[in-house]
Amino acid sequence: MDILTSLIGGFAVAVTPLNLALAVFGCFAGTLIGALPGLGPVNGVAILIPVAFAMKLEPGSALIMLSCIYYGCMYGGRISSIMLNIPGDEPAIMTTLDGYPMARRGQAAKALGISAVASFTGATFATLGLTFFAPLLAKAAIHFGPADYFALYVMAFATIGGVTGVNPFKTLLAAMLGLLLASVGLDPGTGTARFTFGSFHLYDGFDPIVAIVGLFAVSEIIMYFESHATSGAGPAKLGRALPRLREVFEGFPAALRGSVIGFICGVLPGAGASLGAFVSYSTEKQISDKKGTFGTGDPRGIAAPEAGNNAASGGALIPMLTLGVPGSGTTAVMLALLVSLNIQPGPLLFERQPDIVWGLIAALYLANVVLLLLNVPMVGLFTRLLSLPQWLLMPVVVMVSFIGIYSISHSTFDLFVMIGFGLLGYALRKLEISLVPVVLGLLLGADMENNLRRALSISGGDFGILLQSPIALVIYGFTALMLMFSFGIAMRRRPDPLEG
Amino acid sequence: MSYMRKFITGAMLAAGLTGVSAVTASAAECIAPADPGGGWDFTCRTVGRLLTELGLEESSVQVTNMPGGVGAVAFANVAGKRASEGDLLVATSTVGVTQIAQGKYPGGVDVMRWVGMLGTDVGVIVVPADSDYETVGDLLDALKADPTSVPVAGSSGAGGWDHIRLLMLADAAGMEGDDYKAIRWVQFDGGSPAVTQMLGGQVGAVSTDLGEIAGFVESGDIKILAALSDEPIPAFPDAPTAKSQGFDVTGYNWRGFYTGGDVSDEDYQAWVDELKSLFDTPEWKEAAEGNGLITVWRGGEEFEAYVADQAKQMEEISRSIGVIQ
Repeated sequence: MDILTSLIGGFAVAVTPLNLALAVFGCFAGTLIGALPGLGPVNGVAILIPVAFAMKLEPGSALIMLSCIYYGCMYGGRISSIMLNIPGDEPAIMTTLDGYPMARRGQAAKALGISAVASFTGATFATLGLTFFAPLLAKAAIHFGPADYFALYVMAFATIGGVTGVNPFKTLLAAMLGLLLASVGLDPGTGTARFTFGSFHLYDGFDPIVAIVGLFAVSEIIMYFESHATSGAGPAKLGRALPRLREVFEGFPAALRGSVIGFICGVLPGAGASLGAFVSYSTEKQISDKKGTFGTGDPRGIAAPEAGNNAASGGALIPMLTLGVPGSGTTAVMLALLVSLNIQPGPLLFERQPDIVWGLIAALYLANVVLLLLNVPMVGLFTRLLSLPQWLLMPVVVMVSFIGIYSISHSTFDLFVMIGFGLLGYALRKLEISLVPVVLGLLLGADMENNLRRALSISGGDFGILLQSPIALVIYGFTALMLMFSFGIAMRRRPDPLEG
Repeated sequence: MSYMRKFITGAMLAAGLTGVSAVTASAAECIAPADPGGGWDFTCRTVGRLLTELGLEESSVQVTNMPGGVGAVAFANVAGKRASEGDLLVATSTVGVTQIAQGKYPGGVDVMRWVGMLGTDVGVIVVPADSDYETVGDLLDALKADPTSVPVAGSSGAGGWDHIRLLMLADAAGMEGDDYKAIRWVQFDGGSPAVTQMLGGQVGAVSTDLGEIAGFVESGDIKILAALSDEPIPAFPDAPTAKSQGFDVTGYNWRGFYTGGDVSDEDYQAWVDELKSLFDTPEWKEAAEGNGLITVWRGGEEFEAYVADQAKQMEEISRSIGVIQ
């Protein structure tokens, strides 16, 4: 009952006319920032922190506006995944696999509707978890050590071959390329520079968002040049501007499953939203892709990763608030935001500043509802985007991406890296190698390596530590089951696995 | 070629649209050589905000994030392109000076003009509250008996400031070079992740700055075996210093600023005076203490000498523990 009383108190803080207006503004701005490739929650929140100070907002109001932007970005990232096949931010990458094909079929409104409902499901699930179990879950997450995180990444990479479906060997090749790219930069364990060729700009490795924009957006432009805009894909079919209510709930069971998986990944500070979306998608594909429709616009292929990514983003707030441990760049920015408001996240936050915590939680509920309501009319707006000619749309998208990337790092070097990734993306597309596993390798490879290195530092180089933790053993067992299951399906569907 | 013309039209339209959002800055600028969210970012944003709020700067201070190479990218940028810009500050700390001393920046401390430091974090050695180690001597004895017996974690990689502080203690306890190189060091992305992994039983002790993990001390989850400061830390007067336990080691992580090497004496002095005025306000004291910093001022020539001295010291330590040849 304590929790409910506190939550009602939180709503009393959050529901004032000013705060509601800020929430609506934050959700709207966040959705737009998230939808623009290259602009994500990191720059969204970082750019708006000074704005909040300049408006002389109370800490509570500033927090409400900025957390609405955070949730808004998570909602928005999927929009360009679906409409343009360009992920708006890192966790939205899995949504391109089924979202874009569905949009090309003239069902963009349906894809946006499904993903909005799935996002709402995932985020609400996570916010409920945050409300009722935050301290408990944080205590459980502490017991996850480097060897266990490594097992989690092994599980992710073990299922990567089946994710894009076309040719498992090409998919593995693409993932290897991603892992190779992930090894560029300063080795965090020892500070030794790897593959940097003496350039300080490569010391931090490749920023995944730079790689995403290059691989997906810049290569699209090059493809456009090649196709002279005459043949090529042409504008997608428009279809209905608004989805039917029934259609929107098609992937709902998948969204529920994705929410649970995503939330677990979010609570573990070493995992995060990208892994959450990825594991949600691959698990959903393993258990329900009986007809091989995933990758061609299956509603469950949109609902699962979207629920997973939003649940993970909400879940990531738990270690951030209760332990002061940010699981990702995005939650690191939220942490910075709290600190600059003189709120110190950590084990005492819930006791010392309960009004702030419960105000924030109430604001998250509010943001969810506002986002769902905002996104319904916005579906019409975004589907109309598709009727814009490609010669107008793509340059605008790339330009915005350039500005977005430059505004984070203030480095022209990153822009050249982006163009380099564009050329790489073009080559891969020509070879019919999927781009998604490349980005997954780059996104997850560094964390996988760091956790392996940490485990080995603890054991003094003895690989036995990887099998000593019961948690890791359970994860490996689960991985083996999933692999057996998917081999079983593959055998039944295709007698000769090499033929494709 | 009409598609080309269309394409260029589209590109120009986009440039026009996005150009509106680009703001030209004529005011003071603070470069945080890291992504948003870290300590250097905090230094820039807090100092920038207070300078404006207190009227020391007329317009708001623009904060620029320039991440890369633990500060090396910003250092190279300022040294190469903006060495004479009088309205520019770059946030840095002991971590930056460690990098310089180990030759990981393109240049030494003499390339820049060091403006001042406004506060400092204090290094601590912590263990779980229920640990068998009661004093830092207990921990060091265990490491002396078997260097591999207790894995220790921190927020820096091997050879970084957190690691060096532990090795300085091991050195003071009389361990030999080969022995203390065998101590197992585990890097995490910050002090809080290191502490939570310690609470989960993965490592035995943590060496890092107090500020980020003070909440765990207050909540009673962990205890401080040694504070690496001359005097006990004001917020935790009961935590013993390493010095009081017979190990003559201090390890601060100050927060301060440098500016380009060709900045005029006049502009340089103006920055020193402005930061000193900020340092003297209660607002700075409140902001700093809220983040676990101890307020300490060193500015102008005194700070220049301090940094040069620290870089020399750090180089010697790094060499003696084998981080650099």
